[in-house]
Amino acid sequence: MGEEVKLFRSWSSPFALRIVWALEIKGIEYEAVFEDLSNKSPLLLQYNPVHKKVPILVHNGRPIAESFVILEYIDETWKQVPLLPEDPYERAMARFWAKFCDDKVLTSIWSAFIKQGKEQEEALVAAAENLKFLEKEMKGKKFFGGERIGYVDIVLGWLANLVSIFEEIVGLKIVDEGKFPLLYSWMQDFAEAPIIRDNCPPRDKMIVKFQALLDAAIASSSSSSK
Amino acid sequence: MAEEEVKLFGTWASPVSRRIEVALKLKGVQYEYIEEDLTNKSPALLNYNPVNKQIPVLVHNGKPVAESLVIIEYIDETWKHNPILPADPYERAMARFWAKYIDEKFWPAAMKIVVAKGEEQKGEIDEIQQQMKNLEGELKEKKFFGGESLGFLDIAANIIIWLVVAQEALGMDQILNEEKLPVLYGWLQRLLDDAVIKECVPPKDRHLDLCKVKFGSSIASK
Repeated sequence: MGEEVKLFRSWSSPFALRIVWALEIKGIEYEAVFEDLSNKSPLLLQYNPVHKKVPILVHNGRPIAESFVILEYIDETWKQVPLLPEDPYERAMARFWAKFCDDKVLTSIWSAFIKQGKEQEEALVAAAENLKFLEKEMKGKKFFGGERIGYVDIVLGWLANLVSIFEEIVGLKIVDEGKFPLLYSWMQDFAEAPIIRDNCPPRDKMIVKFQALLDAAIASSSSSSK
Repeated sequence: MAEEEVKLFGTWASPVSRRIEVALKLKGVQYEYIEEDLTNKSPALLNYNPVNKQIPVLVHNGKPVAESLVIIEYIDETWKHNPILPADPYERAMARFWAKYIDEKFWPAAMKIVVAKGEEQKGEIDEIQQQMKNLEGELKEKKFFGGESLGFLDIAANIIIWLVVAQEALGMDQILNEEKLPVLYGWLQRLLDDAVIKECVPPKDRHLDLCKVKFGSSIASK
């Protein structure tokens, strides 16, 4: 039976990278369509008219957007190497933590990177509080998914490669090994897993990109201050 | 078989809390309801949801689940009769996509409208009407988003009921009406007429009063 799987992504989007990892972990053949987000293709706009973003998974011509939604679709459609646990309570916990990762952890760490002064200080405090919850949730497991990478690991995976880039650019420690030993060691294990290691955007290009984003943010905030 | 113990921590006027009541009633699950005072949260709530300290929280045989859409999926997977999510993975993806849209786009937009004024409010109204047109595209000619009976997206879209009550409290009707959004308006009437939904909305008078108190200073200029 002919399966056609396409993934619309950009070279750097951490959200699209989640889908790359999921497809690779399950051994699903797919075609990657790289988008230039400053010049979106008509096809992207057709497949995701509501948000106009990547990632978009197109399976046999039918598009799905939003990374959490795509991950669950992949898990339900290709049942090998399950990403979510089987037990309904464990699944609920995984979904809860995934939402926490995007709503709280990602938001606070991004603010800690992109903001200055008092806003940055407050973001760092919030980030530390959020990371404490994650540290506790690790509970001595190798990955959030247990012995192998699962749904929450994939959702949080950006932490493993982006945080050190943020730390290098702003010269601040966001995930301190002393304060968050379990998370820190998770970051190493995750980044070193073969599928993850082989599917990460080039670090030097990422540094250039995020430095440019920070410079632009600083420029626009100083031009709007009195 | 072990006795089931189901508790729901919620508040009477919260749409996300009421979502859980709908899901439990659709499944015919018996539960104990605990009304929380959010200005004075109970030790039990803080113990069951230490991360967000929010309602709703479902506690099933002592194990807590938080976040309304997560709770609904848990309910659907635990009590398998009368399914809330569709069986087909693509249909499930569409239901989840639009439920997320409601929580992440529609609800913040609705919150902005009730406190905005003048031109800014008009812009917010245009925005939310476009969002509702997008939702109409998903509903098409179906009775409910779930088809013949209520589904995941109908439950998530209960927030639209809260929008129209706020609209009425503020003496407005231009956000959601039959003329502007006939398809969604028709769905809303069917939703309000549904026996389970009727049990899971705040008492109208109390709800109107609450809206007037919360948003009353923002009457739209006609």
